[in-house]
Amino acid sequence: MNKILICLKRVVDYNVRIRVKPDGDGVVTDGVKMSINPFDEIALEEALRIREAGNAEEIVAVTIGSQDCQQQLRTGLAMGADRAILVESDTEIDPLAAARALHALVEKESPDLVILGKQAIDDDCNQTGQMLAAIWGRPQATFASKLELAGTTAKVTREVDAGLETIEVDLPAVVTSDLRLNEPRYVKLPDIMKAKKKPLENIAVSELLGDTEPQLNAVGWAPPAQRAKGILVDDVDGLIAALREKDLVT
Amino acid sequence: MSKVLIIAELNGSALNPSTAKCVACAQAVSPDSIDIAVFSHQCADAAATAAGITGVSRVLCIESEANRHPLAAVLAPQAAELAADYDYVFGPSTTFGKDVMPRIAALLGVGQVSDIMSVASPRSFARPVYAGNAVLTVEVPEGKTIVATVRTASWKDAPTGGSASVENASVTAEIPAHTRFVELASEASERPDLQTAKKVISGGRGVGSSENFDLIYQLATKLGAGVGASRAAVDAGYVANDMQVGQTGKIIAPELYIAFGISGAIQHLTGIKDAGTIVAVNKDPEAPIFEIADIGLVGDLFEVLPELEQKL
Ligand SMILES: Cc1cc2nc3c(=O)[nH]c(=O)nc-3n(C[C@H](O)[C@H](O)[C@H](O)COP(=O)(O)OP(=O)(O)OC[C@H]3O[C@@H](n4cnc5c(N)ncnc54)[C@H](O)[C@@H]3O)c2cc1C
Repeated sequence: MNKILICLKRVVDYNVRIRVKPDGDGVVTDGVKMSINPFDEIALEEALRIREAGNAEEIVAVTIGSQDCQQQLRTGLAMGADRAILVESDTEIDPLAAARALHALVEKESPDLVILGKQAIDDDCNQTGQMLAAIWGRPQATFASKLELAGTTAKVTREVDAGLETIEVDLPAVVTSDLRLNEPRYVKLPDIMKAKKKPLENIAVSELLGDTEPQLNAVGWAPPAQRAKGILVDDVDGLIAALREKDLVT
Repeated sequence: MSKVLIIAELNGSALNPSTAKCVACAQAVSPDSIDIAVFSHQCADAAATAAGITGVSRVLCIESEANRHPLAAVLAPQAAELAADYDYVFGPSTTFGKDVMPRIAALLGVGQVSDIMSVASPRSFARPVYAGNAVLTVEVPEGKTIVATVRTASWKDAPTGGSASVENASVTAEIPAHTRFVELASEASERPDLQTAKKVISGGRGVGSSENFDLIYQLATKLGAGVGASRAAVDAGYVANDMQVGQTGKIIAPELYIAFGISGAIQHLTGIKDAGTIVAVNKDPEAPIFEIADIGLVGDLFEVLPELEQKL
């Protein structure tokens, strides 16, 4: 195939302990480590493997967000993407607007495959890939743990609640990655140097979308309900007694 | 007048219990009516169960060979066509709902509220973000259809005892041929389903191998419990993927959850926060799981498990 588009989102690193701001206006992000959304890294890795197997010519990495996202795009280029596009937006973009912007890019770039992470670990929405597929009128294979290409079709194994579902889709299609699709490679220093020379194009989100009226308004953020403090027991007998007291075992 | 349409989830030809949770959530927006759409090649069984959920007005059967398997690309255009008459379209936040609902929302040209935990007002909803480490309340502007998934662990089943009418509905939406079902591989299990089990026993990396997982299964059998696992245990191949509990696996709310050899990473904890009682057995007293456990036991799971099984 000719081209794979992969989408990266800049998110708070998954190791960071999230704290809600005291005024309830969001979570603390100042001075917090930012990374590529882990699922998107997997999406990129899958694209790289497809190209390395001789099944794709070019990989384009796309992100939507502020200038700061260049950092994540450079990491994507260092991992091996051929070029990058930053769709610049200074305001939060919701999944529908993201899908519409990506669709506008898809019209320009005509990829054979678009791979995204199944969800971003900040808003945990799990929507963008499905919405892009709907707007594009193309197949979606979400939560992929295996992707096999065969000419103009792809066979995708999906992690579903009942087990593993396999579907076949015609290309072009949208695939969203689950954790077990692959294990992303580490970036090496020389690759970071090389990545600096790779093309990174800036497009204003307004060029792709008209005005973006928000689909949802954030009313407020709160910390989750805390569980009451628990007890430690010394041994199995203590555990059984504690469970019996709560009527959980006989 | 406000009307809710719920997209039913099916297991084969039976109704998945997640649908009754969606009804409970739908009732919280105080609508005038709640209808359930059943897409299948054989609707009768699921439709009969759906009609028996209290609070449901009508069950709509969209029966066709194309609807034999729940393919999002096939169901979404049909659901979007039906949705034109409704103010709300709800589905469960299971892999089924997560797959199909955003596709429906996009066809309707609206956003989606993912994982409703609670209803603050008919247009505003609380939902978890950052692996459940924050709760965000969002409001849907007037004039937009509200498409949402319902976080099943936050809702009790709407009770049975209703008698809704069951009707056939026809749709004219074009069904795409670009997406085809190949197969579903699921391990047949006699155990209670992880998502509805009252008790769940889970194992993590500390269990060490798929053979050792037998210890977990034995205790689960004794307690009539479902079995879950951490991502590390699934990645290591000890158990199947459908047993993963957590941010990217299943979010569950059993009355009793017992974790053996699980450290308690936030991505795992977000899947069990709604459990009634959390028990942790871990040999490391510093393991973060003890921070949320109601009952903790510092010990070697290979000693604790057999002793527990024997003494219960
Ligand atoms: C994007 C993303 C999504 C994720 N989603 C999920 C998810 O949905 N679910 C999930 O579970 N994880 C998820 N993870 C992974 C998560 O971060 C942890 O890596 C994982 O939960 C660790 O699994 P564990 O607790 O089994 O393993 P470990 O962290 O390795 O813990 C093993 C524990 O076993 C204990 N132990 C070892 N031997 C014994 C013994 N003999 N007796 C008693 N205790 C013993 C150890 O003390 C240790 O605490 C996700 C990660 C990322 C980045």
